[in-house]
Amino acid sequence: MQAAEQRHTDRDGPVLEVRDLHVRFAGRVGLGQGLLGRKPVEARAVDGVDLQLFPGEVLALAGESGCGKTTLARTIMGLERPRSGQILFEGKPLGTSTKLLREYRRRVQIVFQDPTAALNPRQTIYESIAEGLRVHGVTRGPQGETEEQLVARALSRAGMRPPERFFLSYPHELSGGQRQRVVIAGALVLDPEIIVADEPVSSLDASVRGEILKLLLALRNELDIAMLVVTHDLGLAWTIADRVAVMYLGRIVEIGPAEDVLTRPIHPYTKALLEVVPEAGGIDRPFLAGEPPDPTRIPEGCRFNPRCPEVTGGTAEAAHVLDACRGEDLGLAELRPGHFAACHLMSNLAGVRSAAPPPPLPGNG
Amino acid sequence: MSVLSVRDLTVTYHSQAGPVPAVRGVDLSVDKGEVLGLAGESGCGKSTIVNAVLRLVPPKTKVTGEILLNGEDVMTMKPGRLRAVRWSGMSVIFQGAMHALNPVQRIGNQIAETITIHSQADEKGARVRSGALLEQVGLPPRRLRDYPHELSGGQKQRVMIAMALACNPDIVIADEPTTALDVMVQAQVLQLLKELQRELGLAMLFITHDLSVLVEVCDRLAIMYAGKIVEEGPSVQVFQNPRHPYTSALSGAFPQIGDRRFRMAPSGLPGDPPFPGNVPGGCSFHPRCPLAFDECPTIDPELYPAGIDRRAACLLVRGSERVEAAP
Repeated sequence: MQAAEQRHTDRDGPVLEVRDLHVRFAGRVGLGQGLLGRKPVEARAVDGVDLQLFPGEVLALAGESGCGKTTLARTIMGLERPRSGQILFEGKPLGTSTKLLREYRRRVQIVFQDPTAALNPRQTIYESIAEGLRVHGVTRGPQGETEEQLVARALSRAGMRPPERFFLSYPHELSGGQRQRVVIAGALVLDPEIIVADEPVSSLDASVRGEILKLLLALRNELDIAMLVVTHDLGLAWTIADRVAVMYLGRIVEIGPAEDVLTRPIHPYTKALLEVVPEAGGIDRPFLAGEPPDPTRIPEGCRFNPRCPEVTGGTAEAAHVLDACRGEDLGLAELRPGHFAACHLMSNLAGVRSAAPPPPLPGNG
Repeated sequence: MSVLSVRDLTVTYHSQAGPVPAVRGVDLSVDKGEVLGLAGESGCGKSTIVNAVLRLVPPKTKVTGEILLNGEDVMTMKPGRLRAVRWSGMSVIFQGAMHALNPVQRIGNQIAETITIHSQADEKGARVRSGALLEQVGLPPRRLRDYPHELSGGQKQRVMIAMALACNPDIVIADEPTTALDVMVQAQVLQLLKELQRELGLAMLFITHDLSVLVEVCDRLAIMYAGKIVEEGPSVQVFQNPRHPYTSALSGAFPQIGDRRFRMAPSGLPGDPPFPGNVPGGCSFHPRCPLAFDECPTIDPELYPAGIDRRAACLLVRGSERVEAAP
């Protein structure tokens, strides 16, 4: 933990920065409704996100399904097109410069949830990993290594030892855990600064998960790779993350040092998420009611207010912030050192003014 | 008498590469009002046990041992009796609720059908009962007219629970009932299941790979590895103070937030769970066991006593208990 904080102060800036990012998906309208003049509804999957990732840091991005965490990760990878906002890599905005984008795509790698789907079943392990090198036109390593040496080193770093034994294997000959290691090796072979991992262990068996998480931590410690880990599992965040960001309906509602966020959460939504983590005490405790929210209909005011236990329980009213909860959108305010949350009530209790919301999308009334 | 009692069950699947022993001698019993959790990783045989109990295993599969439902042997039941017992004696909630419902039938008809087929009521009575069931699982009765696509995943799973309760079964078997659901919805569904189980005094066999879920809802836990039960006992004790190294590893995979032992220290096991057709000799867990010693590859441990009401299949437990038991 301390080492991680050290890391932040040692270097000057974030390796990756996201500024006011918006991603929207157009809905579809049936023929009948279209003829009646109904416009398609847009899903605001990512709705004004600011995020910084520092060198060598593990940042966990948590939330329910539909909160936009995967969309955010995919947009960072360039797999979705943002409606507006900026992504900066080492301080430089990713524009349309092909050269910079190419460079970016080599140095930022993704690891998907399901390794079986991520690997081509008809390609040998060697081919799968070497493909990345070939796509990026890397024929020699920094010390003049051959392609074979680079592939072997990546496999071995991912814990597949001896690497040569797996060169000619096919994905179906490997276990789930080994396949995920191959996927990670495929990312490592390009010597990335950042790995974005989308639910990297949720398709794996429980006893195998820990080994993959150990591997990710080791890569961070040895190669100083920064990681953005998308997960629904706060227990996983507790085991590997330096910082945790909690997303709700397209926005980050709380972000801060992992220990602080997970043991002293500020935002009522984070508290609710922690409440549902199973525990040995039994299941008789209050849970947040209702279904995962709908990004096509984001509520007015604080987007969490219709489900917020502080609103329904009357605490917000007692603190005279209910009108703000229902009517004023807000951004993240620093309520403890390095620990930000977007909550009218908690800002009020801390004697801090609620932060201004991210600016509305240009040209969107 | 136990509602469900399984004695020395073995299930061997037929395959072109030879027999695949998926379950290798399992004893289980579930009493009235008791929830037994069965945990293990994919391929450990937990779902095979469910299929064997419901007699849903594919043809050519060899099943030996004894399965008693309220004292009646399930394995020798005639087809007619089996049909009658399924759903009214024992019902099941499967994992993929979204696929188990018929997409072109209203929810109400699907629930009512189970009731009328088992002649528990006439059509009108079945409709009334369906509405009551929906209310019981926390959905308004007007939802009877909905089609499955109009419901969310959690709501569909609630409908599946309503169907499982439709014929007042003695035991409900839940096979990964919440795995496909989102975290928040999962907690709601688990809470509902537990409430209903208590209210109706149901016996329940709860199967999942997620040990932390089982600890919340089960009275007792049985941990499976490579077709055998390796540890059993009261759930909180098994989870918090495991006696078998495999249980320790499994419970370590579900860290408690706030527990410093897990912070920046993911724990796992080297290697992978064995393929059922190729289980290591001796203790089947020994190649992955951090505590294995020279006897482990040769002796297949049975379930030794491991504390009050607890048993574990580990050679390390074998000697220790006699010392502890002596006052």
